[in-house]
Amino acid sequence: MLAGVLLLIFLPPLVAKDLCKDSQDGFKVRLSIKTALGDEAYEWNESEMFLFRSTLAYAMRKQSNQDTYNITNILVCNDTQRVSFVFVVTSPNDPDQLIPKEQVERAVRQNKHRINNAFLLSDMTLEFMGIPPTLATPITYDTEPWLIVFGVVIGAVAVGIVALLMSTVSRKRRAKEKAAGLSEVDEGIVKENGTTLSSLGRKEGVYNQAFSNDDRFTEL
Amino acid sequence: MKLKLKLPNPGLEDRIPSHAELEKLELEEAGERPQWDNKAQYMLTCVGFCVGLGNVWRFPYLCQSHGGGAFMIPFLILLVLEGVPLLHLEFAIGQRLRKGSVGVWRSINPYLVGVGIASMLVSFMVGMYYNTIIAWVMWYFFNSFQDPLPWSQCPINENRTGFVSECERSSPVDYFWYRKTLNTTAVIEESGGLQWWIVLCLFCAWTLLWVCCLRGIETTGKAVYVTSTLPYLVLTIFLIRGLTLKGSVSGIKFLFTPDLDELLNPATWLDAGAQVFYSFSLAFGGLISFSSYNSVHNNCEQDAVIISIINGLTSIYAAIVIYSIIGFRATERFDDCLNGNILTLMNTFDLPEGNITESNYDSFLQQLNSTAPAVFHELQLKTCDMQTFLSQGVEGTGLAFIVFTEAITKMPVSPLWSVLFFIMLFCLGLSTMFGSVEGVVAPLQDLNILPKRWPKEVYTGLVCFVSFGLAIIFAQGSGEYWLALFDSFAGSIPLLIIAFCEMMAVSYIYGIDRFNDDIKFMIGHKPNFFWQATWRLISPLIVLIIFLFYFVTTISKELTYITWDPQSENFPTLEKKSYPDWIYAIIFILSGVPVLVIPAIALFKLIRNRCCAKEEKHTATEPFYSISDKIQIPDELDRTSRSLH
Repeated sequence: MLAGVLLLIFLPPLVAKDLCKDSQDGFKVRLSIKTALGDEAYEWNESEMFLFRSTLAYAMRKQSNQDTYNITNILVCNDTQRVSFVFVVTSPNDPDQLIPKEQVERAVRQNKHRINNAFLLSDMTLEFMGIPPTLATPITYDTEPWLIVFGVVIGAVAVGIVALLMSTVSRKRRAKEKAAGLSEVDEGIVKENGTTLSSLGRKEGVYNQAFSNDDRFTEL
Repeated sequence: MKLKLKLPNPGLEDRIPSHAELEKLELEEAGERPQWDNKAQYMLTCVGFCVGLGNVWRFPYLCQSHGGGAFMIPFLILLVLEGVPLLHLEFAIGQRLRKGSVGVWRSINPYLVGVGIASMLVSFMVGMYYNTIIAWVMWYFFNSFQDPLPWSQCPINENRTGFVSECERSSPVDYFWYRKTLNTTAVIEESGGLQWWIVLCLFCAWTLLWVCCLRGIETTGKAVYVTSTLPYLVLTIFLIRGLTLKGSVSGIKFLFTPDLDELLNPATWLDAGAQVFYSFSLAFGGLISFSSYNSVHNNCEQDAVIISIINGLTSIYAAIVIYSIIGFRATERFDDCLNGNILTLMNTFDLPEGNITESNYDSFLQQLNSTAPAVFHELQLKTCDMQTFLSQGVEGTGLAFIVFTEAITKMPVSPLWSVLFFIMLFCLGLSTMFGSVEGVVAPLQDLNILPKRWPKEVYTGLVCFVSFGLAIIFAQGSGEYWLALFDSFAGSIPLLIIAFCEMMAVSYIYGIDRFNDDIKFMIGHKPNFFWQATWRLISPLIVLIIFLFYFVTTISKELTYITWDPQSENFPTLEKKSYPDWIYAIIFILSGVPVLVIPAIALFKLIRNRCCAKEEKHTATEPFYSISDKIQIPDELDRTSRSLH
């Protein structure tokens, strides 16, 4: 009788352990707390395990929209020093029946973000073996940033080209005006008194003796 | 008794301005030829031309692969025996004859015009592919204005389950370079079509170059204040940043660890000689052009020595900076490798974290190997060797766009370092391009092919436009392979031949005596024995030896190129493939045409002179003026004088 009572008391956890160990619906979980948090790493103990089981129960509740999941539905075994273990989920209606793998996977994937944050970990440091992490959506830009910078640079270059070309054109125009102005002054001097000696006083140009007409005056 | 060899050179006096004419030119400041605003502009332009991308990504690699600190010895010896004399020669001849490269060689002897034209062709071809590298630098620069940098992580594939396969197998930096930037094909025959983003960057690079070169040295002289000085500032910033990073000192130590056995390897000396030669941008014609804008009494000897020293020191300084960053990257890679192995071990044996650290890793490994060898082999741990990571010595585009960008992603505030790095590369490249463009524009003006009244803006615009049009071949999918082809063949052999011809022409056709007198006139003292010996014997000999060695090695081996082929077995290692047959024709055009232009033009002029000489003999019997002509001329004079009164 005593044996029967003892068996009755110890049967559920034994059965539970068997459910967990032999099951193919379980997932191995691995935590790397020290890698993630360094000096601020917390100790992994029963309380932390309690938190884990409750977050998983929460995930199952959200996924199945049933408020019946409880912490007793999450069974854990194969605890190691690495901080890794295996867990299975039993159905709230029937403690001997396990929730299929796919359902658990869906629940975990949907709520990975919340589970990670509960433990201050990330997808890299809280691994569910067999459940690949959903990668974050890549950032999409309306206009690629490189096109913006390209536009700015090309705009500056265009402004530079236009400015330099304008200055060349205006410089040429000024030179032409100067040359035209000088030639008028030149003719004026000759018309006034017919002498080209006053041209010797001008600084511009090189006085070229080959073309001077001075000797004609000395003949007089 | 010294026997100074001088080949006969009739009519030389008529073709070159005499010393008296030069003095007059100096005093009157005749305005047709442009001039430097001040000495600083000239020095900065020459420094900018000489200091280029090669100082940053070729010299450090050569240093590290040829025995570290020991490489300095052949480098410095050849700098003194080869670099400085050639530099002084180009400066002096440009300053004396006051023309671009074609004009200078035409003045010395009309049969030598081919040398100038060869310089022009080489400048054109090198400028074409060099600016494409600048376009790639600009692409990376444009992409640096985002956080996280696009090459720091792999893109995600369509169903968001993992990363793109090509990226996963190689690395994010490799993927960004080979796929996102180049979109490279597997073989050079496959064109892959034009990559529009590269075409845009090419357009940007060429228009920016045109803005800076628009009016020749008038505009480049202003631009070099920024482009020649900014790289030094950025190098210093990177040095300070690099030295504060973990593992940088190991990189510098690795760079300078001398291995004196390398000095016995002839390849070391040849690589040092080639590096000195190409680093000084000799034989491009640009340096001759730049010094022709100087005043006649400028001290070109001092300039040559100063610029050589600056160039050498910059190479060493850049090597220190680059290897400090490479040391940091190697340390990071080593740590990642080790941590990955430790994680694998901990996961397999379910050990608590912190049990295996870097210090007891080796002992643990040994223990494991002895107790459970089967498991150990199954694990297939990667070997983490620091030396391997350090000697993943890369040169060229691989260094800048793969290794360095990876190192930048590991630094905090990555976009800032990325922007700074690519601005530095951009300035280094652009200042070299100024010399390249000058090396094409000045001969074009001297050759009188295009109408003289066209302003300088049109010349530079035309050169930039044509180069941009032809450089489109580098914007294809296979563009990088074409660029590597140009890099190996367009710039190497022709330059050596041109430099050899330059030295022979100045020493033996122009005459070393006349040259010495010119230099005495210009700077006040005759060049000493060192210059005589190097110009007439040592430097030409060194250049000839390098050329022969290059020629023989190129001809003898089968030409291969390395490709990025995702389908290959050893991916991500680059795969060696051999060129198709028609590439040999292209190689001949690239290397052979500039070289063959030299004798071809000489021959052409010889034949033309012979024909013209025959025609002149026929027409010489008729006199030009008759006696009646001589009587008429004074009458005309009376007529004009009467009209003025």
